[in-house]
Amino acid sequence: MLTFNLLVAAALAYVAFLFTIAFIAERRASLGKVAWLRGPLIYTLSLSIYCTAWTFYGAVGFAARSGLEYLTIYLGPTLVMLGWWWFLRKLVRIGRSQRITSIADLISSRFGKSTALGVIVTALCVVGVTPYIALQLQSLTLSFAVFADAGGSEWVAGDLNAVALYAAGGLAVFTILFGTRNLDANERHHGIVLAIAVEAVVKLAALMAVGIFVVWGIAGGVEQTLARIEASDIAHWEQSGGRWVGLTFVAAAAFLCLPRMFHVLVVENDNERHLATASWAFPTYVMLMSLFVVPIAVVGLDLLPEGSNPDLFVLTVPLNQGREGLATLSFLGGFSSATSMVIVATIALATMVSNHIVVPIWLRSRGQGAMMSGDVRAVVLTARRLSIIGVLTLGYVYYRLSGGGAALAAIGLISFVGVAQILPVMMGAIFWRGATRVGAAAGLTTGFAIWAWALFLPSFGEGAILSARVLAEGPWGIGWLRPSALFGFDALDPLLQAALWSMLLNTAVFVVGSLLSFPSPLERLQGAQFVNVFEHSAGAQTWAPNSAQAEDLLIVAQRIIGPTEAQAAFQRAARAQGKAGYLPDVTPEFVQTVERMLAGSVGAATAHAMVSQTLEGAAVSVEDLIAVADEAAQILEYSNKLEAKSAEQERTARALRDANQKLTALSIQKDAFLSQISHELRTPMTSIRSFSEILREGGTDVAAQQRYAGIIQDESIRLTRLLDDLLDLTVLENGQVVLNQQEGSLADLLDRAVDTSGLRSGGIKVIRRPADEAIALSTDLDRLGQVFINLVSNAQKYCDAENPELRIVVRQTPQGPVVDFIDNGSGVPEASQEVIFEKFSRLEDHARAGGAGLGLAICREVMLRLGGEIFYLPGQGGAAFRVVLPKSQAMAAQ
Amino acid sequence: MAQMPRQPLFLARSSYRQRRLRDAIRFLPITGIVLLMLPLLWPRGPDGPGNGQVLIYIFSAWSFLILLSFLLTRRLRNDDAEEGNEPKAEDG
Repeated sequence: MLTFNLLVAAALAYVAFLFTIAFIAERRASLGKVAWLRGPLIYTLSLSIYCTAWTFYGAVGFAARSGLEYLTIYLGPTLVMLGWWWFLRKLVRIGRSQRITSIADLISSRFGKSTALGVIVTALCVVGVTPYIALQLQSLTLSFAVFADAGGSEWVAGDLNAVALYAAGGLAVFTILFGTRNLDANERHHGIVLAIAVEAVVKLAALMAVGIFVVWGIAGGVEQTLARIEASDIAHWEQSGGRWVGLTFVAAAAFLCLPRMFHVLVVENDNERHLATASWAFPTYVMLMSLFVVPIAVVGLDLLPEGSNPDLFVLTVPLNQGREGLATLSFLGGFSSATSMVIVATIALATMVSNHIVVPIWLRSRGQGAMMSGDVRAVVLTARRLSIIGVLTLGYVYYRLSGGGAALAAIGLISFVGVAQILPVMMGAIFWRGATRVGAAAGLTTGFAIWAWALFLPSFGEGAILSARVLAEGPWGIGWLRPSALFGFDALDPLLQAALWSMLLNTAVFVVGSLLSFPSPLERLQGAQFVNVFEHSAGAQTWAPNSAQAEDLLIVAQRIIGPTEAQAAFQRAARAQGKAGYLPDVTPEFVQTVERMLAGSVGAATAHAMVSQTLEGAAVSVEDLIAVADEAAQILEYSNKLEAKSAEQERTARALRDANQKLTALSIQKDAFLSQISHELRTPMTSIRSFSEILREGGTDVAAQQRYAGIIQDESIRLTRLLDDLLDLTVLENGQVVLNQQEGSLADLLDRAVDTSGLRSGGIKVIRRPADEAIALSTDLDRLGQVFINLVSNAQKYCDAENPELRIVVRQTPQGPVVDFIDNGSGVPEASQEVIFEKFSRLEDHARAGGAGLGLAICREVMLRLGGEIFYLPGQGGAAFRVVLPKSQAMAAQ
Repeated sequence: MAQMPRQPLFLARSSYRQRRLRDAIRFLPITGIVLLMLPLLWPRGPDGPGNGQVLIYIFSAWSFLILLSFLLTRRLRNDDAEEGNEPKAEDG
């Protein structure tokens, strides 16, 4: 006899296995080996979270009660997948081009990045899906209870609740661990996708195994099974046409609108081509899932005593036949169905809750908008983790409150009808330019209200929320408002009439509201980009040019997607414009790129709010928008193409313009330098001459002689140093320098630089992290040290903060290890950032500068010779220089 | 000499086939709806077909649709460039 403990052990081992799989997938993904994780097969399998425990266990119960009607739940999604060319292809393309993170984000983004719409859709989804999560917890506890009963121990309610609690807790841990690992710009979770793909295989295998056992093991073959069906209670085709069509439609709508399905279909989609494969592979999967449902139901009705729960036949039939191994497999199948659904549904809901409710509220409460201090990434991740815990807690509480009874079992279809309310707005969003925010909000609210009144609230049972009187006679005795017979129609069953009225009125209000209202410019723009996604390959213009500072945008981006990625993206953009460094010109295209990048992490509405705050109210110019979004878009499209052709010339022109500017600035500075250098040479010369004259005339005492000789010597040293620098630079520039390869460690070199600059003794405070500095170097250490010394003493000289600090940060970047020298002073003004490395440049404040403005020029030449790089790093809250260590040598030494 | 005009004709034919293939894919869900709703026209109760027969019909139709989708999408070429011009080339 299979003991109950053994079953628990099997479940735990299975969970450990899933953790391992997810962990390995994350590891491989972090190494960049994602190809096999992102194939069409894994994509198709991940779609199988459509088949929850409700369908795994419940389909058999459904079939036992109402014949073939259960098939509609699978036929709807089959039709959607077969029609991928119509809807899904467009949805996926929009999702990718707009960096959509959830279905709420899609609706919010399409209707002018509206926060309100995001909140409505999020609320609808949370209300609709939470009971569904509760249903999964219930099926988990029931399946445990079946084994406990079979093992001879009778369970009390407390045990069931404990199982539900442990399950919810375990799921929260898994989801937080693998769902909020990083704030990925694309919101993709390799570990979770692979885990649910494995679970998909397990549940299919389990159901097929039970089915094969039932057909060939118990019934004795296909013909005998068919004979059993003919002899059973569900022998006749008595299907109501309305329910067949209605349920197929509801299932199809839910397949598109359920937050978890949208997540795997659109957000996690890596390649549009996968849809083509999934269009036949996913129908195959659900067909196999439903193949043996009727045989299991019929045999279960035959074998098991009257009154046993048909929802659990998948478990009880093998147990009844003494096949404990099979029952365990089937249990794991149900377990997989429940857990994979809960994990993905929770991630999808938590993303929506954190992006559309928590983060906007947090931003607003801070008052300063996007420019506040601190790392927004940490806030977003925390918000998401809390949302995960919140959603699962809500599911558990719902499970406890509903008592886990039959009321919960009916919630599957009710939930489907609830989320299907998003369908009209979603279809309008991607196919109808004229759909507006007002119409969408009105339609969604109407559908939501009717659904809640006619289906959701009555589902709690008589007297729970709506009194028996209201259910029977309508509120205040108004008969046509009775939940089960709205407008006096009681010919249809309650589910169908609620679905019909909510969808009809929802669509009608949405259409009429859109026709009567007027869209904002941003809505029209987004509408054009969504509806014409296949024609608008290039994004349209959004922002008036040159109204934002690139550096401000960089600061915001760094806070949200992290310094490394933000800097890399800005560098790419700058390079595409033909510029060097980290600050591209703030063109409309660039602002849009930044906004989409942020949208991938925090949702379109929040990203838009942050960027517009950064642009300090430089709102979209109405003429710009109308021009693009208007029906004249096609003419513009043509000019866009011309523009693309001239982009190359423009890039060259911009590079030339930049070079010219630099040359002009330099020639001015060169003049200044010549007078400066004459001055620098003349000052020591003058004092040397005067003091030597005094000495020659004699008549001074010994102490004075000593002092004058000292001054002469100091001045000659200063002169020599200046000449040395000039000579050094000339040698470097002419490439005559001989490099002296040495081995050493970065930490030692930095130590030496700090010591030599006399920083230990006081003045500026140096902050370092020795753990990061353990990097072996093989290069000309003296030369590299010279660069470090120069940067450190520069910070000492120029940092104007009250409590000067210098942070020396070693980072690993795709270009190899880099060393950042960041002080907390006022930094280098943007205008000067371009020229500080030029050899005749120096900042305004001559008084405190000791040298002649050659230090950084020498540094750059040295790094060039060593095969590394040095540049100014903007947006760090002070002067910051980045040294990219010589690559090949550093790598070779590792 | 005679081969010269044949070359462009051949290319046009292949892209013409691709466009019709996409049309066929567009028709798939409609075919599916018709096939899967067809049993609703059959008589109900003891006089009509039994659930066993309906089950066999539905699964056959289902397999047929899957096979059709498999055969069609397999021949689909992945040329994004062409998609942009699609509406204009529709009648080609």
